[in-house]
Amino acid sequence: MAGSKTIRVLIAKPGLDGHDRGAKVIARALRDSGMEVIYTGLRQTPEQIVETAIQEDVQVIGLSILSGAHNFLFPRVMELLREKNAEDILVIGGGVIPEEDIPGLKEAGIKEVFTPGTPTSEIINFIKANVKV
Amino acid sequence: MDMVQKILKGDKRSIARLITLIENQAEEVRELLKQLHKFTGKAITIGITGPPGAGKSSIVNFLAKKFREDNKKVGIIAIDPTSPFTGGAILGDRIRMQDLTLDEGIYIRSMGSRGALGGLSRASYDAVKVLDAAGMDYIIIETVGVGQSEVDIIKLADIVVLVLIPGMGDEVQAIKAGVMEIADIFVVNKSDLDGADRLITEIQLNLDLNQDKNRIKPPIIKTVATAGEGIAELNITIKDIHKRLHDSGLLQIKRKARICQELQELIREIHIKQIVSSFEAKIDIFTEKILKKEIDPYTAALAILNNKNGYISID
Repeated sequence: MAGSKTIRVLIAKPGLDGHDRGAKVIARALRDSGMEVIYTGLRQTPEQIVETAIQEDVQVIGLSILSGAHNFLFPRVMELLREKNAEDILVIGGGVIPEEDIPGLKEAGIKEVFTPGTPTSEIINFIKANVKV
Repeated sequence: MDMVQKILKGDKRSIARLITLIENQAEEVRELLKQLHKFTGKAITIGITGPPGAGKSSIVNFLAKKFREDNKKVGIIAIDPTSPFTGGAILGDRIRMQDLTLDEGIYIRSMGSRGALGGLSRASYDAVKVLDAAGMDYIIIETVGVGQSEVDIIKLADIVVLVLIPGMGDEVQAIKAGVMEIADIFVVNKSDLDGADRLITEIQLNLDLNQDKNRIKPPIIKTVATAGEGIAELNITIKDIHKRLHDSGLLQIKRKARICQELQELIREIHIKQIVSSFEAKIDIFTEKILKKEIDPYTAALAILNNKNGYISID
């Protein structure tokens, strides 16, 4: 009776950042590629993001940030995931993130960082290649 | 500790995992639900339904907070539509429930409808059982935004709250069959807008025409959900309706009817699978014959079922 398996993704906006146009575009693109996208709205704390990811049992968290606080907020999300034994969740980031910050974020556990201009198909392919359902 | 033990202790990760397994129709689900079954039946289930944008999520948000004031545990299942084209979905009900995320006594799960057309998802029925076994005192089920005929919530909820807003049409809408008939409680949300009182009058007139004396007459509550107005009254009304349903024995009748229906649906589902698989070859042959106009579908169906080695011997 095994049915189909759907990839579930949480798209979250951590911190004080009032712009979510980009996050909505990504959410819509993932929807159109057959994924279930949980969107939680603006100004989420890392604690809220991690708790939501666990309650929703997502395989992917997409963090979108434009405020410049990524070097603090992204690693904090990773730390909380480890505390909750949920580091199996794939975490990707996007938004206005300077090139030189990307290696540090990857070291903290962010699997990939997508900066402005990335075609949505690249993100979809990355998720499909890296998530096992 | 195994998954069942963890769920009985209310572990959110395990609850979430099992709901995913249910959604994916995994093999092990049947055994797990079997073990959980005897721990179900304690929670009060409340369905929140109504058209898109009526304010269902906002009402759920404030109502859950009210239940928490009494230190009750609350499980929430929020369903949004799945695309019939891609199978994808945007699940956005949590946007209105952000403050609830970190509350220890609340668990929220968003679900895609995944092809179900009655306002719920197939997996939501078993998900409610999981939350019930996990010790939730209240389980709130928020349906997809509905039109006129999506009424599956009556198969899942003890109490159905129908959320309406002013300006949705003339008085004939209020006397139409379907969703207007399933409410135990009417909520007129956005009641600060023009037309709220007219809507209440129309619902009232419609309820006065109801002939069924055994039914409790549904109360009508005015709310402005974004401001939390009217939610205290809704909370009291839910408790009152629950008490009346319980004391009059109607709740027991409702629950029994639901179990009976669930059982029949399961039998039908299993049986159809068996029939289709045991007659596969014959179905193929007769499909060809129907296509060539050698036989009509009714005669073909009876010919397949009346076959002596067929229908009776399925097990």
